[in-house]
Amino acid sequence: MHALVEPWQQGIVQRAFVELALVGILGGALGCWVVFHGFSYSAESLAHALLPGLVGAALLGLPLVAGAAFGLAGAALAIALAAQVPGIGRDASVAIVTTTLFGLGVLLALSPSSPPGLAGLLFGDPLGVTRNDLILTVAVVVASFAALAALHRVLLVVGFDRLNATAFGARPAFADAALLVLVAAALLVGVQALGNLLVLAIVIGPAATARLLSKRMAPMMALAAGIAVVGAIAGLYLSYYANTAAGASVAIALVACFLLALLARGVRRAPSVARPS
Amino acid sequence: MQELILVDVEGLAAAYEGPRVLEDVSFTLQAGERIAVLGPNGGGKSTLFGVLLGLLPPAAGSVRVEGRCGFVPQTERSRLDYPVTALDVALMGTLTRVPWWRPLGRSERARGRRALERVGLGGFEQRSFGMLSGGQRQRVLFARALVQESPVLLLDEPFIGVDRPSEDLLERLIDELAAEGRGTLISTHDIDQARGCDRVLCLNRRQVALGPPASTLTKAVLEATYGEAIVALDTAAAILPAHHH
Repeated sequence: MHALVEPWQQGIVQRAFVELALVGILGGALGCWVVFHGFSYSAESLAHALLPGLVGAALLGLPLVAGAAFGLAGAALAIALAAQVPGIGRDASVAIVTTTLFGLGVLLALSPSSPPGLAGLLFGDPLGVTRNDLILTVAVVVASFAALAALHRVLLVVGFDRLNATAFGARPAFADAALLVLVAAALLVGVQALGNLLVLAIVIGPAATARLLSKRMAPMMALAAGIAVVGAIAGLYLSYYANTAAGASVAIALVACFLLALLARGVRRAPSVARPS
Repeated sequence: MQELILVDVEGLAAAYEGPRVLEDVSFTLQAGERIAVLGPNGGGKSTLFGVLLGLLPPAAGSVRVEGRCGFVPQTERSRLDYPVTALDVALMGTLTRVPWWRPLGRSERARGRRALERVGLGGFEQRSFGMLSGGQRQRVLFARALVQESPVLLLDEPFIGVDRPSEDLLERLIDELAAEGRGTLISTHDIDQARGCDRVLCLNRRQVALGPPASTLTKAVLEATYGEAIVALDTAAAILPAHHH
């Protein structure tokens, strides 16, 4: 019992718990749409491509959030420009931009002249979350949930039948843009705590897990949010006691949740295998 | 009393970034009328529907539609792994009437449930769409079009992959809707189904014929519509490459 309570006695750990829980709630709920719209790769690209912005902010002593915002804008612009180059294809152009920007960020972060600690940007530092970071996260989470509620029917119609969505009053381009903006906002607040490499785990992992267990979008989003919070807190305990990187610990906890869900579904389905169809 | 015209198309031509794929189409759809749109694949049926739905601007001519068209697309295109219930899908029809950002109230949900009852799926509200049979899924898509509450309904090959009982139910429903004064355009490959409609519009990249089935579905018209694809035994019983799955 003491082991469970002990971390909570420190202010910075309390903040880290709250921050990760908030990021988890948003990441989990949003992740369901990302998974069903086939946006996992786009979201992953966005997360990696914002690294130069983060590193730049750290080198200049600016808030990381400002760097992440700058990095996201730069990445979006670069991807849009690369997509205009004829004969490459959208998939490859995104990959080129992402690897280039990510490589640039790693070079800057790990160069001998950079101050130590920048490598933490890759793996996350939830204990570095400030009061102001928390306030921003709360604002982003509230605004994102309001947007998700308003967009619910549009996203549902576009995901269900993209080709005919316009005939039912939902424009796919609008739904895609709205979803990418929401993903960018979630990355913006999640990247400091979970790190650039693994922040996406909290978006994709819980959604993939919830998908195994739920057959309807709204309950699936609630379930994914719950799984993300459990995974984030379990990961933080792991990180606290095993002294491991927070982002990696949370990612491992989320993968464990996924495997447990897979196992649970397998057990539940097993009797039906023997039943003649 | 003058008949209420729901769709008025005059000299319509349409194209997707390139040469015209449909030309010289002129017809009106009146309240309570069922028009079968007959033609080969690539003959322009889907293009016509696209223009009527406002997805494609006319390249020439004029199109006037009373309100927004209700639409039943082909079932085969809907995703089966998507996390929606039958009621969720039916309620997608609200988006053309209720502003997108507004949450749905109790009256809209009741409308969705009534639409499902009308297609014989009362009690199926919470069933997963992907777990339903092909015929049941098509009935859910009909329910979605009913929720749109449009005076005009466009049905795109509505009986492909649909079991017999569902087909009978949907045919009765189409007749009921016509009796209520709605206008229906049914794109089809099935000549028998076309015979059951009030008029037939034959398309093969242009308008080949328009008129009542008895006088329009002649051997000459069917050959002009389908070209070499037709195997005619006689004018009364033409065998077509009807259900292409």
